[in-house]
Amino acid sequence: MKTKLATAALAVLATAGAASAEKTKFEYWYGLTGDLGNVVLETCNRFNASQDQYEAVCVGQDGYDKAVQNTIAAFRAGKHPTLLQSFDAGTADLMLSGQFYPVHQMMKDFNIEIDWANYFPGIANYYSSSKGDFVSMPFNSSTPVYYYNKEQFEKAGITEAPLTWEGMEAAFKALKASGQACSLAYAPSTWVDLEQFSMAHNVPVASKNNGYDGLDSELVFNTTKHVEHMENIQRWINEGYALVRTPVSGKSARDSFVEGECSVFFSSIADHNTVGKLKPTFAWDVQMIPVYEGTERHNTVVGGASLWVLAGKSDDEYKAAAAYLAFLATPESEEFWSTNTGYIPVTKAGFNALVEKGFYNNAPYKGREVALKSLTYTEPGPLTRGIRLGSFIQIRAEWQAEVEAALAGQKTMKEALDTAVARGNDHLKRFAQTYKGKSFP
Amino acid sequence: MRRAYFKTSWIAALLLAPQLLIIFVFFYWPSAQAVYWAFTLEQPWGGGNTWVGFDNFRNILSDPYYWSSVRVSLIYAVAATALAMGMSLILAMFVDRQLAGYKAYRVALIWPYAIAAPAVGLAFRFIFNPNAGIFSYVNTVIPGLWDPTQIGWQAVVTIILAGAWKHVAYSFIFFLAALQSIPRSLTEAAAMDGARPLRRMVDLQLPLLTPTVFFLFVINITDSFTDSFGIVDTLTGGGPFRATDLMVYKIYSDGFRGFDYSGAAAQSIILMVLVMALTFVQFRYVERRVHYT
Repeated sequence: MKTKLATAALAVLATAGAASAEKTKFEYWYGLTGDLGNVVLETCNRFNASQDQYEAVCVGQDGYDKAVQNTIAAFRAGKHPTLLQSFDAGTADLMLSGQFYPVHQMMKDFNIEIDWANYFPGIANYYSSSKGDFVSMPFNSSTPVYYYNKEQFEKAGITEAPLTWEGMEAAFKALKASGQACSLAYAPSTWVDLEQFSMAHNVPVASKNNGYDGLDSELVFNTTKHVEHMENIQRWINEGYALVRTPVSGKSARDSFVEGECSVFFSSIADHNTVGKLKPTFAWDVQMIPVYEGTERHNTVVGGASLWVLAGKSDDEYKAAAAYLAFLATPESEEFWSTNTGYIPVTKAGFNALVEKGFYNNAPYKGREVALKSLTYTEPGPLTRGIRLGSFIQIRAEWQAEVEAALAGQKTMKEALDTAVARGNDHLKRFAQTYKGKSFP
Repeated sequence: MRRAYFKTSWIAALLLAPQLLIIFVFFYWPSAQAVYWAFTLEQPWGGGNTWVGFDNFRNILSDPYYWSSVRVSLIYAVAATALAMGMSLILAMFVDRQLAGYKAYRVALIWPYAIAAPAVGLAFRFIFNPNAGIFSYVNTVIPGLWDPTQIGWQAVVTIILAGAWKHVAYSFIFFLAALQSIPRSLTEAAAMDGARPLRRMVDLQLPLLTPTVFFLFVINITDSFTDSFGIVDTLTGGGPFRATDLMVYKIYSDGFRGFDYSGAAAQSIILMVLVMALTFVQFRYVERRVHYT
């Protein structure tokens, strides 16, 4: 009896040992939360089930900010994950830190074929080095659109969702005349109002091609079309066409739209899935963000996050992480991801596969192709590649606080933007001083 | 007088060691690190730093928004402390006088202290919400009167109320204990001399409470500076337009959210010096008026 038990125990130990020796584990920290976080976890489960060599240990970090904060703390203690989902605004810090393993290099080192040319240029440029090599892996990608209430639009006699801001203002007036009190649920957002607006209008946010050409760039958005646009938004609020709707005030712009309070709101295409799930009682659709008349429309750029491979891990872990990234880059994974979230496919092949399947022809996915249209509207030029500025989180915060102050009537919009630029430039100077002698890869 | 002491000092050292170690690891070490970072520019992902002398301090002190942060922190500390202590003193007196239902109050009033600051923030966020909360009734009477998300001073009022509410419990326990330790014979003698409750409070109880008042004052002020983070974070997020950007919250948002570790370290040093200076002033000048029995 005793020997039997002992053999059984040994056998268990042996199989357990074999199993853990077989699978190479690596850690992956992500920032997405709620529904979207669950889908990330699902990709890990799919990966783990698809093969028996590697195991992805995926840990949610409760938000983009916290994912990066926690990883920095862990990194300094040498206990960081192999893979990190880092948001767009953290790109510059990570790039200059040099504490990462460029994915382009990693895939080459492990002989994994990835067709880099297959990625949409609006996405590729954001996450590539100046030589065009990918430093991080595009993952959850989006671009802004506006959501509109089709029924309220029809009632107001608007047949086409406007593509210009002039058309938008006319729509606001028509909506008001038709008895719709609030046209636009407005939430100040640097990403939509400043960054993507500037891309679509081909105007700079900062000098030196938005920071791509050097750390000594300076913000210039207080001298561009952006000022006029923000003044218009303020005017629409004052004239009663728009209402400020932010989560802090108890109702987000999205909630306001879904309830039918306001007819239009601007957000990422990733919200397409969420708005659908909230089941508005009316027909709705999305449209590309408008541009002002007399401007030639340009492409918008990617937002969201990418996957970074961090320095200081073992070859085995890198190998496992590379396998996971390769898994994510397959068209099947892209389809899974785009179906279950509102994010767009990042490769042309992934997109074409979806188009061929008729994915975009019917609800609830119909309309999401608008994001790709916006993203690929033109080939990215020097001003529409993206933004590569240090301390960008701080710059966004300065813009936000100043614009809020202007909207509350504490100062004029021009004064607010001037202050935001001056303060933002101080942040940029500090950043350049912190990384003295370094340059973007 | 006989005094107990250890014959061999190494036992004393051994017994002290765990405490000293904890203080060293959790206070002196991080503080020293913060001082070092405050004089350098630290790269968030590690990989080196540059010595910049007093540049970080110069930047902070020349920033008008930093000074408004200091100002609102002071307003918050003084107002929340005064409110919390005033309320808890009144409540403690009621309970001490054993007014109807005092037993229920005694228990219920201690609860808020057990609630985490973020939970307090969330609860008050609902109460003060201009569209959906209890205060939205104000807006149904006079539209647009109450909106802490747009009107700075109202946001300050909300964090003061939330902060004070959380601190009432702590002060209440101490006040009640102090009141109950005043000999009954004193109050009864005063009552026999014809002093009514209010007079007894002003002339008898309050003077006897001064050590407690002083203790609570120091603790509350210090706490208001350092422990207000959770409430600000959930209730206002520092806004609208920095109106509630308390010093401790600014340290968090600059350092952790904005990756400006050095600037945040310098702000921490300033905050530490400020709290130390305030405590020093309190002990040096206010304590003179305290009578210990």
